[in-house]
Amino acid sequence: MSAGLSLRGLSKSYVPGKPVLRDISLDFAPEGVTAIIGPSGTGKSTLIRCINRLVEPTGGKVLLDGQDLVPLRGRALRLARRRIGMVFQEYNLVERLSVMENLLSGRLGYVPLWRAWLRKYPEADIARAFDLLDAVGLPEHATRRADALSGGQRQRVGIARALMQRPALLLADEPTSSLDPRTAVEVMELLTTLTRREQVPVIINIHNVELAKRYCGRIIGMHQGEVVFDGPPEALQASHLTLIYGGEGWQE
Amino acid sequence: MTRTAFAPNWTARGALLALALYCVFAVTQLDISWARVLTGFGEGGRFLARMWPPNFERWDTLVEGMLESIQIAVLSSVAGIILSLPLGLLAARNLSPAWVSAPTRGFIALCRSLHYVIVAILFVKAVGFGALAGVAALTVASMGFIAKLFAEAIEEISMKQVEAVRATGAGPFAVLLYGVLPQVASRFVGFCIYQLDSNLRNSTLVGIVGAGGIGGTLFAAFKRFDYDFVAAILLSIIALIFVAELVSGRVRKALQ
Repeated sequence: MSAGLSLRGLSKSYVPGKPVLRDISLDFAPEGVTAIIGPSGTGKSTLIRCINRLVEPTGGKVLLDGQDLVPLRGRALRLARRRIGMVFQEYNLVERLSVMENLLSGRLGYVPLWRAWLRKYPEADIARAFDLLDAVGLPEHATRRADALSGGQRQRVGIARALMQRPALLLADEPTSSLDPRTAVEVMELLTTLTRREQVPVIINIHNVELAKRYCGRIIGMHQGEVVFDGPPEALQASHLTLIYGGEGWQE
Repeated sequence: MTRTAFAPNWTARGALLALALYCVFAVTQLDISWARVLTGFGEGGRFLARMWPPNFERWDTLVEGMLESIQIAVLSSVAGIILSLPLGLLAARNLSPAWVSAPTRGFIALCRSLHYVIVAILFVKAVGFGALAGVAALTVASMGFIAKLFAEAIEEISMKQVEAVRATGAGPFAVLLYGVLPQVASRFVGFCIYQLDSNLRNSTLVGIVGAGGIGGTLFAAFKRFDYDFVAAILLSIIALIFVAELVSGRVRKALQ
């Protein structure tokens, strides 16, 4: 049994004969931040969603700590999902719930339904939620409704919600794409700092190559559903970017 | 060359003309002549004169009927709301598979297809005279109304929020509690209040077909030509509906 995440021959076609992911095999160490870069529509989001099965892979294996997640159904799938946190591009907070309720929704895979319904979460969960609120810099916002927050604040809550799961892996799908440049840097900083502190490995889809190079220890470049670059940020050259994004004129 | 800024809408003009022609045709078909209208209004005046002043002497019968109507309205609203919750969820095409949502939608359409007075007549024949038939008929009507609107509200929710809750490993009911219901709860409460409001109105009518409530009293008063008592009943109903309207308006405002 190997620790961390491994993809073996992962493929996905939404339309038969038109694969979005072609035979992806990758290994991720149980620590550190990995960026996946590539043009829009190249299957980055699909790849990430195949890992926690928000999208059904067409073939291949997703091995988390040695367990293949692809054949899981029902309860077994939910038990696997609760170990994988996810941060979304548009935050995907439940707008009409409070910040605290959004955070605690990260525990839904752990607590019985009646506790979730009556908001009778275990003391430890609530204490953890307050800790994380402090950590993401929103200590005063527990009872505010999520739709009253700014974009940057919402993504901070999104990160805290994912960490509430005490995940073995954190997936982030374009976590900074809806944010202004400065907030994007702050959110990346927070995401990488917190996950290092909690020793959670992270896989981030990201459009911003500079941010990827600055915050990630490993960069995977995708083009048309295939991995065309895999290495440390220092190794990423202009020629690789041409391979990933095509064309040259946009590079300065 | 002249340029036209607005294209003439010949379809709309044609449709309006056709409607006007049909109205003229219908009036001639129904034998509504000017003389008929005048005699009609003359009779109406005499009828109104007999209604005045309203006679509240039999207030005990009146109160009894009104209370029964209110009870029918509340019971049928509560039952209809409880039943329409699962129906609405099952009928929403974004949450339920087609083989569940399609038959559920069919059932909801069936509940809505017959006017509640017809349903009330059916229930009177089936379970006998009295409030039970009224409660049953209005429950069916409420179910059809709320379940349909509820399903439509659910179909408009953001699936992103649902996806996020699902990604935490939440089970199906937890996803409903955290991902779906918060998005539709306030609208659902709004529908329920609206339905309670219209059930109050509807419950005054089902009595006419023998399904309990003030309607029965009203109908009996009509048959006995007790027009002053009729006026008393009508004024009471109007007062009830006004109060209900005020209260529900306040509540809905508070919800927004």
